[in-house]
Amino acid sequence: MRHKENSQTLLQVRDLSVSFTTDEGEVEALDHVSFDVAQGEILGLVGESGCGKSVSAFSVMRLLPRPMGRITNGQILLESQDLLTLTTEEMRKVRGNEIGMIFQEPMNALNPVKKIGDQIAEVFLLHQDVSPRQASDLAVGMLAEVGIPDPANRALEYPHQLSGGMRQRVVIAMALACKPKLIIADEPTTALDVTVQAQILDLLQNLQRKNGSSVLLITHDLGVIAENCDQVCVMYAGRIVERASTQALFENPIHAYTRGLLASIPRMDGVPKNKLTTIPGIVPALSQLVQGCRFAQRSGRPHPASTLQCRPPFKEVTSGHWVEACPVCTKI
Amino acid sequence: MKQKQEVLKLDQLCVHFPVRGGVFRRAVGSCRAVDGVSLSITRGQTFGLVGESGCGKSTLAKSIVGLVTPTSGSIFFQGNQIKSKLLTAEYRKSVQMVFQDPVESLNARMTVGAILEEPLIIHRLCRKDERSKRVAKLLDQVGLPESAAKRYPFEFSGGQRQRIGVARALALEPELLVLDEPVSALDVSVQSQVLNLLMDLQAQLGLTYFLIAHDLAVVRHISDVIAVMYLGKIVEIGAATDIYANPKHAYTKALLSSIPIPDPSVKKKRILIPGDVPSPINPPQGCAFGNRMNAPDYPKSIEQELKMEKVGVGHWVLACPCCVHM
Ligand SMILES: Nc1ncnc2c1ncn2[C@@H]1O[C@H](COP(=O)(O)OP(=O)(O)OP(=O)(O)O)[C@@H](O)[C@H]1O
Ligand SMILES: Nc1ncnc2c1ncn2[C@@H]1O[C@H](COP(=O)(O)OP(=O)(O)OP(=O)(O)O)[C@@H](O)[C@H]1O
Ligand code: SF4
Ligand SMILES: [Mg+2]
Ligand SMILES: [Mg+2]
Repeated sequence: MRHKENSQTLLQVRDLSVSFTTDEGEVEALDHVSFDVAQGEILGLVGESGCGKSVSAFSVMRLLPRPMGRITNGQILLESQDLLTLTTEEMRKVRGNEIGMIFQEPMNALNPVKKIGDQIAEVFLLHQDVSPRQASDLAVGMLAEVGIPDPANRALEYPHQLSGGMRQRVVIAMALACKPKLIIADEPTTALDVTVQAQILDLLQNLQRKNGSSVLLITHDLGVIAENCDQVCVMYAGRIVERASTQALFENPIHAYTRGLLASIPRMDGVPKNKLTTIPGIVPALSQLVQGCRFAQRSGRPHPASTLQCRPPFKEVTSGHWVEACPVCTKI
Repeated sequence: MKQKQEVLKLDQLCVHFPVRGGVFRRAVGSCRAVDGVSLSITRGQTFGLVGESGCGKSTLAKSIVGLVTPTSGSIFFQGNQIKSKLLTAEYRKSVQMVFQDPVESLNARMTVGAILEEPLIIHRLCRKDERSKRVAKLLDQVGLPESAAKRYPFEFSGGQRQRIGVARALALEPELLVLDEPVSALDVSVQSQVLNLLMDLQAQLGLTYFLIAHDLAVVRHISDVIAVMYLGKIVEIGAATDIYANPKHAYTKALLSSIPIPDPSVKKKRILIPGDVPSPINPPQGCAFGNRMNAPDYPKSIEQELKMEKVGVGHWVLACPCCVHM
């Protein structure tokens, strides 16, 4: 984890809104979400299930399920190029080449009936001017780089012959093959044991540093955020409620939701058997979202009607520390 | 003072599954899912079990509740040996299991009321006219409204469904609850609600818990005693405070160092364990963890029989020459 001054912005997501058509009608999964990822930086996106983390990632890659999912507003700028204006063909070149992706379930990213070496070679063939022979050599090189022992022979194996941790390494090899500027990792270690998670995050950090790429790391584990990210965005019910450097967010959380999240995890240095702090209730359904402060019902504090009617402004409280400034939820 | 009473004791328990292969599906080997586990659980305590995926935690839990039959070894409940193939009604009532996935473990076509009444009917526990009162009490105990009885499991959130799972387990007024990853599928804010509920119920009812969880901070928070399992064997066991403050086995140390700490100001030394979680099918000879770590002293562990040795009050470690340096 490093902190850079005035580093350049690689990805800018501006006022992104996404809607889904469901049986219950049109629902809004993202409501004017904005965040930046600076060059060479790891940005964490954290929040509970259903708050819109994966939808944010899929939007950046323009892989929302169609026709149900639609981007209804906003811009997604990679360097200065708005990805939302690209043709399907142009976008295909961006994926894998400029943006690499790693998902929670490696099996979804891998073709079960193709040798892993061939799958990585394909990425090179698609994006670089190389011969098939060169592509397979490069693939073996990538396998070695992600720490797979005996890469030349392993390249000939099929995904089902590998363990979960090995498969995730293969997916990382594919995602990083073309040294993309941006890596989007959506819960890359959630399905793995803590021991293997430690290996994979270590690998990801090393490669990220070596290539100078940026990472958008999605997780619901605040421990993973604390140990890997430079900046953090906390999401709740389709909005970002707080954004800060990792240090600032953990030392001085402002929004009641962020504080609630941090307080509910049992600590390794906490008093055993103490009653844990909880956030009462559950995340509201998308069909029941209000325009105003969406954390109101769970905050345990009375919210005046005004705070439920219009969206609290996103304010910079101290330099680089932003919060959705609902007057009730940000009162400490 | 009341004597500490032993609720459950396992003695050299083994569960080996046959591995079939070839054209004739003959047994070509065995999967030593649980390989000689001995432990003892005291009334009113929480016994936590941790270890990597596939190390045999669920199999051990299932052998306690009678869902799998041990290959060898014995189980004692309140001092009496249990015959796994012929569980008494008393044992079936006293030992209940709560599963990780509340959705999968609840019958989707039954109302919550019917789900909670079912065990009462099977065990002929209370009169028909008293059942709905009992159901209401159970719902109240787990913090759900009485009206929940008329609704179906899918109408509830994950945390609420886990409460229903706990209520069903409590219906028979058990002594011991076997909890297999009860909060793993839940968000942290809801996880803490369920953990608080479990701690409250234990205090009120004097329940004993056998808890499996992969989140080591969760286990530390609610357990009195913790056992660390590796490839079918317990490698270390002791009071929760001793295991976390003073781990002796190299595997326990490495496991603890892998936990990401939600505090960026903590800088710690991580012990990266190379390779994958090994397979219990034809496990390596000697110390399995020493083998994975390529420990220089690993060959020595093959030459001797590995035994649990006492390193403190109630603190035992599988004394192997490559992983434990005393
Ligand atoms: N194809 C879809 N159709 C309708 N609603 C959808 C669809 N995909 C996602 N959603 C909704 O959008 C919201 C955000 O979902 P998303 O997958 O981004 O959550 P998440 O933060 O990634 O959660 P998790 O931690 O569970 O992965 C959820 O309420 C979800 O139900
Ligand atoms: N019915 C069965 N037949 C054959 N092998 C089995 C059976 N049940 C479990 N196993 C094997 O026994 C080993 C232990 O499995 P178990 O489910 O107990 O692990 P676990 O520690 O609970 O893992 P997890 O953390 O992933 O739940 C695994 O290798 C598994 O494949
Ligand atoms: S305080 Fe201002 S921004 Fe906040 S809810 Fe009321 S009117 Fe809206
Ligand atoms: Mg997701
Ligand atoms: Mg299990």
